[in-house]
Amino acid sequence: MLELQNISWSTPDGRRVLDDVSLAIGDSGLVAITGPNGGGKTTLAKIIAGIDRPESGRILLDGCDITDLDVTERARRGISYAFQQPVRFKGLTVRDLLGIASPEPLDEAGLCMLLSKVGLCAKDYVDRDVDASLSGGEIKRIEIATVLARRTKLSIFDEPEAGIDLWSFAGLIDAFSELKASGGTEIIISHQERILSIADRIIVIENGRVKEDGNGHDVLGHILHPQRCPSCPAGLKEAFHE
Amino acid sequence: MNERTEEILKIVSDWKASSCDAYSIREDGKGIAIRSSQHIRIVPKKDRPGLDIFVDDGTKGERLAIPACVTHGGIDDLVYNDFHIGKDCSIDIEAGCGVHAEHGEAARHNGIHHFIIGDGSYVRYIEKHIGLGKGIAKRSIDPVTSAEIGNGSTLEIDSVQLGGVSQAKRTTRATVASSGSFVVHERILTNGDDRAITEFSVDLNGDGSSVDIVSRSVARDESHQAYHSVIKGNARCSGHSECDAIITEHGTVSATPQLDANDIDASLIHEAAIGKIAGEQLLKLRTFGLTEEEAEEKIIMGFLK
Ligand SMILES: Nc1ncnc2c1ncn2[C@@H]1O[C@H](COP(=O)(O)OP(=O)(O)O)[C@@H](O)[C@H]1O
Ligand SMILES: [Mg+2]
Repeated sequence: MLELQNISWSTPDGRRVLDDVSLAIGDSGLVAITGPNGGGKTTLAKIIAGIDRPESGRILLDGCDITDLDVTERARRGISYAFQQPVRFKGLTVRDLLGIASPEPLDEAGLCMLLSKVGLCAKDYVDRDVDASLSGGEIKRIEIATVLARRTKLSIFDEPEAGIDLWSFAGLIDAFSELKASGGTEIIISHQERILSIADRIIVIENGRVKEDGNGHDVLGHILHPQRCPSCPAGLKEAFHE
Repeated sequence: MNERTEEILKIVSDWKASSCDAYSIREDGKGIAIRSSQHIRIVPKKDRPGLDIFVDDGTKGERLAIPACVTHGGIDDLVYNDFHIGKDCSIDIEAGCGVHAEHGEAARHNGIHHFIIGDGSYVRYIEKHIGLGKGIAKRSIDPVTSAEIGNGSTLEIDSVQLGGVSQAKRTTRATVASSGSFVVHERILTNGDDRAITEFSVDLNGDGSSVDIVSRSVARDESHQAYHSVIKGNARCSGHSECDAIITEHGTVSATPQLDANDIDASLIHEAAIGKIAGEQLLKLRTFGLTEEEAEEKIIMGFLK
């Protein structure tokens, strides 16, 4: 469904961040992308969503070349992206934001269902502004809820675990499992073992290249027990337990 | 009441005779409907245009509406309204204003409102302003609002200028006695080559008094806005003012806050942020499938809501 062909991207000052990355991601399932900080995961997500433009390479969605389509067009074709750093808005409430994200009008029950999936109680949150008054964990959950609200065929979540407390975490795992069961494709960038453990496939990105790519169970085994995987980079294990 | 007045009233006031206890409707410089209630007496002034409004001690939950409409050019409406509010009241006052002008002569409304608020009262003052009519005629609204806020009383002003007002000079002054508070939420939208100036001057005179001014503005096209506030802390008090502005196209905004701490226990804060819409906000809404223009509209409407 999604195909990245030879994608490269450099910072404005010329440092190579993604180096000839090629990946094909199927029509369903949960793909986790992991790897050390600064490896290029967020950049890759932004390139898929159309926020950053690759300096070379092509992106295909369902066989269609979308490399030159902008963010809006890609969103309309079914790509959603929950930012690593959620954006704050003075004056837009949780209700407003989820209402804009959702393809159809949201009633109270719909809002309540979405917020409960990310562990928030609707009545406490719907009328709050999505601004600096929300904590990091709260805004992160709302960010996740905006993507759940869109129900697109491809949903990308960038480190959804950041700032989320342990108590809510199980609920979040359920939400990702449920989304997977509903038939779409999820790409979750994560360092969290519990998220990696529900992935059908894990891709390790390091220094802008695909270091490992395989079925979830195998790759997770390598990550947790690097001594059993001679090809795995030393120190990778630490990256998942920071 | 003429059709334009009806149109203006729909926008600036959800005025209905049935939902108000007392009201006075002003059209093109003349009172066209007036009703007092048992506890709110509206008395036209004898010496100059305007009203004296008396609210009895202990009046609770009543609603007063005093919308004013200027429906064509060539009218310069100046009105003095004085609100004498008793002790231990809790009331809502709605003061919408619309000016309509097309080509030719200017239309102006200048409402000079003075509040004297007795001890222990709560007053919510809601003000919506709009300019209507195609064409280049000048439409101005220059409100002057002053208030003496009594011990333990609160005046809450919620005002919004919805656009189309070519020239506005808003002046708001208040003195606040012990444990009194003054709360202002102001939103101003300018477009075309509109000019809007808003000036606040607040004296916190009593221990435990406070003021909180939040002014949000959006200056689009070639329009210009200026914000100026002076908060004087003359006792043990707290003051906060905040000016947030979004500029688009060639809009310009200037903000000059002034804080005077005249007492060792005065605690005063000002925040100001002016700039174009953050690129990441536009991007976020575009990831929902909105175009850049649609995203800008949502952000601005939310900001001014
Ligand atoms: N716009 C940018 N300007 C400069 N450096 C950038 C920019 N975007 C990303 N980078 C750099 O690219 C590298 C990869 O970043 P990122 O994709 O966010 O990594 P990850 O998500 O894997 O932690 C980092 O070193 C980061 O500082
Ligand atoms: Mg990242």
